[in-house]
Amino acid sequence: MTPPSERPLTAMIDPAAGPPDCAAYGRAGGWQAARRALGGLAPADIIDMVTRSKLRGRGGAGFSTGQKWSFVPEDPASARRKYLIANADEMEPGTFKDRLLLEGNPLQLVEGMILAAYGVQAGHGIVFLRGEYHLACTRLHHAIGEARQQGWLGENILGSGFSFDIHVHSSAGRYICGEETALLTALEGRRATPRSKPPFPQTGGLWGAPSVVNNVETLCNLPHIIANGPEWFAGLGLGEDGGTKIYGASGRVAKPGAWELPIGTPLRQIIEEHAGGMLPGYRLRALLPGGASTAFLDATSLDVAMDYGSVEKAGSRLGTGMAIILDDRTCPIGMIRNLEHFFAQESCGWCTPCRDGLPWVERLLSAIEDGMGQADDMDQLARHARMLGAPGRTFCAHAPGAMAPLASGLKLFAADFTDHIRHGRCPLRMAA
Amino acid sequence: MSTADASLPARLRAEILGLAAQEPHPRGAAVAALRLVQARFGWVSTGHLCEVAGLLGMSADDLDGIATYFNLLFRRPVGRHVIMLCDSVSCWIMGREPLCAHLCRALGIQPGETTADNTITVLPTVCIGHCDHAPAMLVDSTLHGDVDTACLDHLIDMLRNTP
Amino acid sequence: MTRIYIDGKECPTRTGINLLQACLEAGASLPYFCWHPELGSVGACRQCAIRQFSGPDDTKGRIVMACMTPVGEDTIVSIDDTEARDFRASVIEWMMVNHPHDCPVCEEGGECHLQDMTVMTGHNTRRYRFTKRTHRNQDLGPFVKHEMNRCIACYRCVRFYRDYAGGDDLAAFASHDHVYFGRAADGTLENAFSGNLVEICPTGVFTDKPFSSTYTRKWDMRGAPSVCVHCAVGCNTIVNARGETVRRILNRYNTDINRYVLCDRGRFGHGFVNAPTRIRTPLRATDGQQVSIPVADALARFARMAADGRIVGIASPRAALETCFSLHALVGPQHFSTGQTRQEQSCAELARALLGRHPGRLPTIHDMESADAVLVLGEDVYATAPRLGLALRQSVRQPSFHTADQAKVPRWMDAAVRTLGAECPSALHVLTPAPTALDDVAADSVRAAPDDIARLGFAIAHEIDPAAPPVADMMPDDARLAARIARTLMGARTPLVVSGMQYGSPALMQAAASIAAALARATPSAGLSLVLPECNSMGLAMMGGLPLETVMEQARTGAISTLVVVENDLTRHLSPADVADLVAAVPDIVVIDHTVTPLCQHASLVLPAATFSECTGTFISQEGRAQRFFQAVFPPAPIQAGWRWIQALGQSPERITPHMADLTVWRDLDDVLAALAAAFPHLAPVTGAAPDAQYRMDGQKLRSQTYRASGRTVIRSFISVRDQPPPASPDSPFSSSMEGAYGSDMPAALVSGYQASPWNSVQALNRFQHEIGGDMRGGASGIRLFPPVGPDDARRPYVYATDIPMPYAARADTVLVLPDTRLFGSEELSMSSPPVMARAAAPALGLPAGVVGSGHMTLHLEDGPHVLPVQSVPGLPAGIALCPAHMVARAFRFPRMARLETVPDAGDGP
Repeated sequence: MTPPSERPLTAMIDPAAGPPDCAAYGRAGGWQAARRALGGLAPADIIDMVTRSKLRGRGGAGFSTGQKWSFVPEDPASARRKYLIANADEMEPGTFKDRLLLEGNPLQLVEGMILAAYGVQAGHGIVFLRGEYHLACTRLHHAIGEARQQGWLGENILGSGFSFDIHVHSSAGRYICGEETALLTALEGRRATPRSKPPFPQTGGLWGAPSVVNNVETLCNLPHIIANGPEWFAGLGLGEDGGTKIYGASGRVAKPGAWELPIGTPLRQIIEEHAGGMLPGYRLRALLPGGASTAFLDATSLDVAMDYGSVEKAGSRLGTGMAIILDDRTCPIGMIRNLEHFFAQESCGWCTPCRDGLPWVERLLSAIEDGMGQADDMDQLARHARMLGAPGRTFCAHAPGAMAPLASGLKLFAADFTDHIRHGRCPLRMAA
Repeated sequence: MSTADASLPARLRAEILGLAAQEPHPRGAAVAALRLVQARFGWVSTGHLCEVAGLLGMSADDLDGIATYFNLLFRRPVGRHVIMLCDSVSCWIMGREPLCAHLCRALGIQPGETTADNTITVLPTVCIGHCDHAPAMLVDSTLHGDVDTACLDHLIDMLRNTP
Repeated sequence: MTRIYIDGKECPTRTGINLLQACLEAGASLPYFCWHPELGSVGACRQCAIRQFSGPDDTKGRIVMACMTPVGEDTIVSIDDTEARDFRASVIEWMMVNHPHDCPVCEEGGECHLQDMTVMTGHNTRRYRFTKRTHRNQDLGPFVKHEMNRCIACYRCVRFYRDYAGGDDLAAFASHDHVYFGRAADGTLENAFSGNLVEICPTGVFTDKPFSSTYTRKWDMRGAPSVCVHCAVGCNTIVNARGETVRRILNRYNTDINRYVLCDRGRFGHGFVNAPTRIRTPLRATDGQQVSIPVADALARFARMAADGRIVGIASPRAALETCFSLHALVGPQHFSTGQTRQEQSCAELARALLGRHPGRLPTIHDMESADAVLVLGEDVYATAPRLGLALRQSVRQPSFHTADQAKVPRWMDAAVRTLGAECPSALHVLTPAPTALDDVAADSVRAAPDDIARLGFAIAHEIDPAAPPVADMMPDDARLAARIARTLMGARTPLVVSGMQYGSPALMQAAASIAAALARATPSAGLSLVLPECNSMGLAMMGGLPLETVMEQARTGAISTLVVVENDLTRHLSPADVADLVAAVPDIVVIDHTVTPLCQHASLVLPAATFSECTGTFISQEGRAQRFFQAVFPPAPIQAGWRWIQALGQSPERITPHMADLTVWRDLDDVLAALAAAFPHLAPVTGAAPDAQYRMDGQKLRSQTYRASGRTVIRSFISVRDQPPPASPDSPFSSSMEGAYGSDMPAALVSGYQASPWNSVQALNRFQHEIGGDMRGGASGIRLFPPVGPDDARRPYVYATDIPMPYAARADTVLVLPDTRLFGSEELSMSSPPVMARAAAPALGLPAGVVGSGHMTLHLEDGPHVLPVQSVPGLPAGIALCPAHMVARAFRFPRMARLETVPDAGDGP
């Protein structure tokens, strides 16, 4: 197992013992960064350090965190209402890394949020938590209460003149809330449809005020960057990107789970070493490297380094870094149908191609899987993949995300599609 | 004992007004308020929806547009217990379909329905972030992983016997 | 100005707009749904995809949504691009996944934007082979029909209804492909502008319910440009008729007034023209019965009456200018009454005078939308001039537009502007006795008695200009409020003060004019707008005449032998006792009207007049705009225009000497207008309100039907199958058929409907405009009679009114009863329209919260006691009661002191 110093995010996490309390968190090295930041660093220093650390957003899009913050107006928190929002709406199928961090060490998130808020001078913190994360909700509330009691949240933290507090918003479902502008709309008590940019949230976000939305994992990295320095953090990565990443694997692998590893760890190492390879009797057919909205990679791509650039070069996206494994005894068309069912159902209903195109895709896949496929169904699917897949055609990235597994699947599993349609049945389902 | 037909208890109303007061605009508390009502009554009845709308200074139409948008807000009654069986990809790979069929057979209902004795409602849900223990499900607010038929049978027995 | 290259063709365009507007203005046929010129862009439907190139060397380009992309310098785009075309066809195909194929039975068929766009994209083969989703429809009340299966989810309805019109009982429900647009439960859409959903919806989800019950395809109807008769704003309309019935009213774009939106009273109030209460033949009174008689008999009878003595004419603020003038020409100025009480008439004339000498701007309705601070002084504009109220609602968006300008977000990026403006403060101040529909967007809504509001107004004027008289004995709170409002108005670039004669208070209007004049000293664009009650109130104010009280005095002395009452129900102006006096004192009353009114039963002779839809004429709106309405229906004889009846009365030479001799030789409306111009030189410009009857386009009359009209024999086949010659009107340049000229650059006052193939829906309007949302290609419609203000006007000393009322003091024994003017119920003609009648709530007495004791109370008005259910009105000042105008006592329209009694047996009123 990786030594704790090389896995800062999870070093304090012990599922058996539960999350550390405020004191234990401090004993294990927590609060150093907050003390350092509030004790003398300027907000601009924080932004500079985070930029130099090469930290990129861990929610899936991979935008440079420091750069994202740099667009926020610089007024001090006391002069203007600004928001720092932790995106804990983890709903990407196959992804459970934020839950691990929320349940395992909520104070790390709290400290990360204090640092981010201080950097962008936001006085108001919100954790946008998905409604199904009940345990995380309890632990987070407890952690925030404790932090508030200890003076880490509230007015004039550590006598620095900086005031900041955190409110937990338990959401009520809908994948699209993870999209940062839809998340803001949801917080305003509206139907959570995405917004157009500009205005970007950094200048016109929640209730029109400057707002930064960062993923939980992104924020949890901050205490370590500030405490140990950006260079240390950048050095943790194996390639271009800085830091560690929580990787995971689910499906028919021997030991499904999540592991904090240097960013850029090869896929093969994650699957064969950490996930223990495939279950006996199953072979790896293909995988989605970073959640449901990433394109399939097949077994020939296992040596790809799991960083943003390398995965993209291989034809997919790092996404959340949580891989979903397709084995040789599971029907790829059934799997894609399951994915497209998810995307069709989670479409917010705002724009036409996504709202009415995805259900059509789902029905085509169902027909094929159920043995009712027709000769030109693959063309229809390909047409949808083309029409919905390119960015800018739909209002937000939901439909392009949905098309990633479909477009790649149509190529990778062309023979399976043809078989299904030609024989009017799913070969694997018949075998089962 | 208050039911979904009765008006909201005074304490709950006060709690909702308190939530609204914390927001720059009362409507910011819409989801939180509806969740409070649902936590108390199991679902959000039309009467309660109208009351909450009044407390938040919104029209019932406006608030219902939100209530019907979010899938975890129930606008129809559910049973005493809600089983939400994950139907997303990892659980599907790990065999949630036969499990769902088993559950529905055992309860004599279809997904989306409630048993005649009002005990259990079965709903599909999207990925609940327990993919390393797929198939997974939420029973009320408790997460269950590595679910199999034996585990489901045991659970049904237990739920039927807990009030 | 800049250029845009569309598929290689250079087109001049302007900056600040989006590519969709630019393409449409360049004449290109680019399909769209969610964008609407008044609602801006939100990028929901994804229909207007085009390819944009970054420069001449860019061969790849990228697909963009035209509506979401601003025009840049020399933008290069391609609409014809294969990929863009494929995508647009796909978008339609996705919409068609769930859209039913019910065009043959759909009210929208033939004028459906979705049909037009489907044909335009070339999508014609169905590939989706699965089931469609279905929805349950709702009963949305008497105006709007709901058919949700047709929905393509463009979100226009909720954006119009909620964001634009401020309604809150229509919403989007559920998500993904289950989205549903409707109400939480069945029920009437309450917003005053719900009917616009019919035109806003690009397909047949929301359709015109009354129209649906007597449905006719667009190409089977005759259209005529018209002007709304249900208030004094002067919204432009299109009347659609088939045979002898008016089928519907549509919005007619007038860039300065109603633009894209009509109120529900205007859209659905026309039912009176088809109502059974119409007068269809001359009637005479015999033994208390009205008996139908031939025209010749009727005229002979009149000649006999006229021989007996003096004829006095009573005109009406709801009658056309030409009709009023012809009456004036018949009886002469000494015997011509405006048909209004002294209070009504002096208020209307005061409004005219105040507007005439206002040194600032007299804003149009459209101007009001961009006022950056507004004060409403004692007028519930949403009830008395609804379209004006809607314009004021838009004005509160000005601060968010300024925020957007700073953020470099174009104003048409609707959702983005609303996000940025979430915290922008409103600069609308509403000072009225009772709650109004504008309160929800107002910075202040202050409730006070009319006199106290006037005092506040005078105090505000004094704050702005110390030369305006101070108000004595102001309460400190009121003084602070006045100072605060004065500051807001003085800080604005285009401040606006709105008042009116709802409460019959000259002081209110004078205070409003004083504020606006005081503002104009430093801000020449300071606007003043005064609301008048009826469609031609301003016309009569400009013409002048005797008030009804003078007629009463003459009648009591026995000086009047015959009263000719034209299109005026005197029972709405005079108390029952006065009406009885008048009837007793005058031997013969001749009523010329289109609709039976209570006055008819006292008439010796009743003559059937044409309605606005059956003749051509002119109204002058409250902003002094003369506008022509044209004949759409050719009514069966002997129904004819009011002025023609008056002329006929004047044509018995041996008995009558008309005041103006040439009355008898007028051939057509243009002759009437020429005589009017000669008699009233200040009204001479009204002749230019629209082209005259001799106007020809390409040497032809203008057609009033589209080319695809059905055979005209069909309409009258139950009478005769002989081919009837099409009827003709000497008063208008329209043919009554599909023969004639028509084009998108025809004079705006003569646009009888919108069609510009391949655009068959109301959205064809884009083709008739120079710029989207701007002027019509065919120029302006109507003509304003108030001369524009010059730079010197603001410098001239303004004589401020000094007649400041005393504070209102509530009394123990009586209450001040104020008219509760209702959108539906108070206006005369619309109350003969069944759907509007259905929307008129039962009368109730409004009392301040806390005063309400029992369920019913007795109100003693001058016509007797009225037992009314009581409802509490939040904020209503003490000592004031609200009684619906014209609904309880017919003549009750202005404040009265009255006694109020508790009904002993609570809750059991008769």
